[in-house]
Amino acid sequence: MKVEITVNGERTSADVEPRQLLAHYLRDSVGLKATNIGCDTTSCGACTVLLDGEAVKSCTVLSVQADQQAVTTMEGLDGASDGRPEHPVTKAFHAEHGLQCGFCTPGMVMSAVSLISHDSDLDERKVREGLEGNLCRCTGYHNIVRAVLVAAGKDPDAEQKSEAESDALRTAPGFSRGEAGA
Amino acid sequence: MIPLAFDYARPDTLDDAIALLAEKGEDASVLAGGHSLIPVMKVRLGAPEFVIDIGRLRELSYITLDEAAGEVAIGAGTKHRDVVDSELLAAEVPLLPAVARTVGDPQIRARGTLGGTLAHADPAADLPAAALALDATVVLQGPRGKRNVPIGEFYTGVFSTVREPDELIVEIRFPRSGDAGWAYEKFTRRSNDWAIVAVAVSGDRIGLVNMGSTSLRATATEQALAEGRSIAEAAALAAEGTEPPSDTHGSPAYRTHLVQVLTRRALETSRGQR
Repeated sequence: MKVEITVNGERTSADVEPRQLLAHYLRDSVGLKATNIGCDTTSCGACTVLLDGEAVKSCTVLSVQADQQAVTTMEGLDGASDGRPEHPVTKAFHAEHGLQCGFCTPGMVMSAVSLISHDSDLDERKVREGLEGNLCRCTGYHNIVRAVLVAAGKDPDAEQKSEAESDALRTAPGFSRGEAGA
Repeated sequence: MIPLAFDYARPDTLDDAIALLAEKGEDASVLAGGHSLIPVMKVRLGAPEFVIDIGRLRELSYITLDEAAGEVAIGAGTKHRDVVDSELLAAEVPLLPAVARTVGDPQIRARGTLGGTLAHADPAADLPAAALALDATVVLQGPRGKRNVPIGEFYTGVFSTVREPDELIVEIRFPRSGDAGWAYEKFTRRSNDWAIVAVAVSGDRIGLVNMGSTSLRATATEQALAEGRSIAEAAALAAEGTEPPSDTHGSPAYRTHLVQVLTRRALETSRGQR
């Protein structure tokens, strides 16, 4: 089947089998390798891309489902082509060291881009919940969360400051700073 | 992991989809968001010869209030994310968006659909049990027209329902329940995982997740509450008539204990006693 998918603003097309996954279309048919396949079971989120502006796991979308739609991958963010972090999210990941081995990073960045575009008033809890679909096996979440807050124009230390002041008042059940969300 | 080969069609209208389904019948699977079907096909537990993609039928995506019937009607293709964000549902059927918010993770909620998860009939899924607690009605459409099936008669076993091979779920109807107390208690070991056990309460109805081969009502608990017994006494009966599964996350005995604890918590929350 012939599919036409706009990838990072450029029209692409290929003759694919209906069973081809979007992740394989991007990596093998288009040749963009930032989209990683980690778990292949819709769990890890390393294959996250934007499909018509919405973060999706491209290992669980068929290429034919994306026919005539627009996909954005990590390579489509500003500055990615010349290696300089120019997009606010990639810049913040760079500044806050929001990565370790880097395998999960493209998916984290694309989820962050989607999260920031959907919510103009993020806080740490919302960021951790918003990254629930992206796993980092280096357990590096803390700097990633900071990076997303910075990219969203928030002070990543604001809550720690206010929490230190109100520690004694914190009684919400189930609230645990280290375990919430992602 | 790649599915076995299949033929694919993406009809432009609901009528075209139903005509195609009538033609292909048992050889076909219906694809909406794909977050139940594609994983099953990737591990090759499912291998349909034909896939009918209804994921872009905009006519199946809506949330509307039917004042005359006292119900909210939701198109089967409505995505979990739209259920979560719906102000109408927050006011009229508040349990539903609260439960939808616990399905998978943001990427999954952006693709998965209400009709899809009800049709898939996984006893560990969140929304079928919520639909039981909310006394929903499933509207099926096929070549013989439409029929309404009460959710309590919809499920027949693991991954199986009364839907005929040539029928589609087109709509799900929920009685207004904005005045009823509600709660959803979901127990998982990982943040975006399936429930090991979960309990959905809306008013005097209780739905159980992962306590048998289908989503279930906690009928013994409901009966005890109707007789005026205490929450603690009623919750102790939550596992009656269930056959909880045994897997790596827990034994039937563990789930039996868990469902009693979660039912007590959910009832206390729904009645404002916590």
